[in-house]
Amino acid sequence: MRHLLSASDLDRDTAVRILDTATEMAATQGREIKKLPTLRGRTVVNLFFEDSTRTRISFETAAKRLSADVINFAAKGSSVSKGESLKDTALTLQAMGADAVVIRHHASGAPHLLASSGWLAGAVVNAGDGTHQHPTQALLDAFTLRRHLGGPDTAGHDLAGLRVVIVGDVLHSRVARSNVDLLSTLGAEVTLVAPPTLLPVGVSAWPCRVSYHLDEAIDAGPDAVMMLRVQRERMSAAGGGFFPSPLEYSRRYGLDARRLARLPSHALVMHPGPMNRGLEISAEAADSVRSVIVEQVANGVAVRMAVLYLLLAGGPKEENT
Amino acid sequence: MSSPPVPADGREVLGPGDVSRALTRIAHEILEHNKGADGLVLLGIPTRGLPLAERLARRLADVEPDFDPQAQCGSLDITMHRDDLHRAPVRPLGETRLPVGGVDDRVVVLVDDVLFSGRTIRAALDALSDVGRPRAVRLAVLVDRGHRELPIRADHVGKNLPTATSERVQVLVEEVDGRDAVVISGGAS
Repeated sequence: MRHLLSASDLDRDTAVRILDTATEMAATQGREIKKLPTLRGRTVVNLFFEDSTRTRISFETAAKRLSADVINFAAKGSSVSKGESLKDTALTLQAMGADAVVIRHHASGAPHLLASSGWLAGAVVNAGDGTHQHPTQALLDAFTLRRHLGGPDTAGHDLAGLRVVIVGDVLHSRVARSNVDLLSTLGAEVTLVAPPTLLPVGVSAWPCRVSYHLDEAIDAGPDAVMMLRVQRERMSAAGGGFFPSPLEYSRRYGLDARRLARLPSHALVMHPGPMNRGLEISAEAADSVRSVIVEQVANGVAVRMAVLYLLLAGGPKEENT
Repeated sequence: MSSPPVPADGREVLGPGDVSRALTRIAHEILEHNKGADGLVLLGIPTRGLPLAERLARRLADVEPDFDPQAQCGSLDITMHRDDLHRAPVRPLGETRLPVGGVDDRVVVLVDDVLFSGRTIRAALDALSDVGRPRAVRLAVLVDRGHRELPIRADHVGKNLPTATSERVQVLVEEVDGRDAVVISGGAS
């Protein structure tokens, strides 16, 4: 593994290897001393062109727990606001000796450009690009699913047979795309539920089922329900015509107490955050015992530690493979 | 983890009976030195130190019924503390499983298959200090082949094997490799 750009680049064995590594990383995070010397002397740059709280903090925590030096770069207040191109920013980072660049960008494909252009010698990790991919989010969701539903000894196992329902704004969601790719690679059965206006063109070709009715999907007894955030910043005012009103969206596609009660008793409630409480998820569902939303954040650190370890710990020989 | 193939020119220097007798003797030495099994914790270093630690734990329990192999034996992965990570392709992590009571104020016996440069044990000492503060740390190895690069020695040795640096010493254990043996290969040709 040279870069991590898309969940669709991961085959089953590589994905399982990342999850197994994350299991060991998670074990170290329960200790009094959480810091490991593994990436001492390596430099990780967080290059964030788009607002983010948890992903940036999560990557920063992961890199610091592995003793890497971390440089945080936010586009706001940098030379980017003076009109600097991605290329010149990349060349600057290269000159400063970045071993890995974690990039979030509003343009789909920006991480791919950074990785394939030759501007940077280091590894590129996609931390979310436009409406395209967010592979570490999918990995942490898979890790959370495996930990809760994968039985006592999860090492080496995938998610074969698990049924996961992903609900909401699929159109704008890189989380949904990454999860459909990764979870289906790992053998899970994914069903997308959304209003027709919030499904992208070509969704029928994705390795998943599609439904317009949340109640039907819940009555089929899924193992986990993943609620997506309604991305109103990517829509024009008042829902932008994607749905008639927030109330109607919430009635038809929100996870409320009534739907929560109809889920099987073992089913997990997941959300990549940040949540719109009262819109796609009610407070009862978000705070219920089945909700693993806070744990997803903790698992995110372990998964990102695993990704940074696998990308950066090896020697130069690895770069040929 | 799959086991590396044994080269065709490999000489078997210890067989299953030798390995078994060496472990029995080490178990008795550990108990004798510690004056019983009180406060002892065995930590095996994956991959092959772990099954050896588990076998030592069973032997300790046979001699001292107070010794609880479940609560006093575990594993300590040292991969993330190695000083040669940059020199090889990325290594898979092993499992660290500490005994329930932890290692604080216990006598920890590290168990590994081969003692060579001492760098693995250096990493193990670092890893150990991250998980607690043992009262004392001791080292038991099945084979000491010499050529230390650090000031580290073993307290309990199954077999001292004088070797050339160009030779390769492999310990095979039944749990991983299907049979018990110590094999030397390579060297002056």
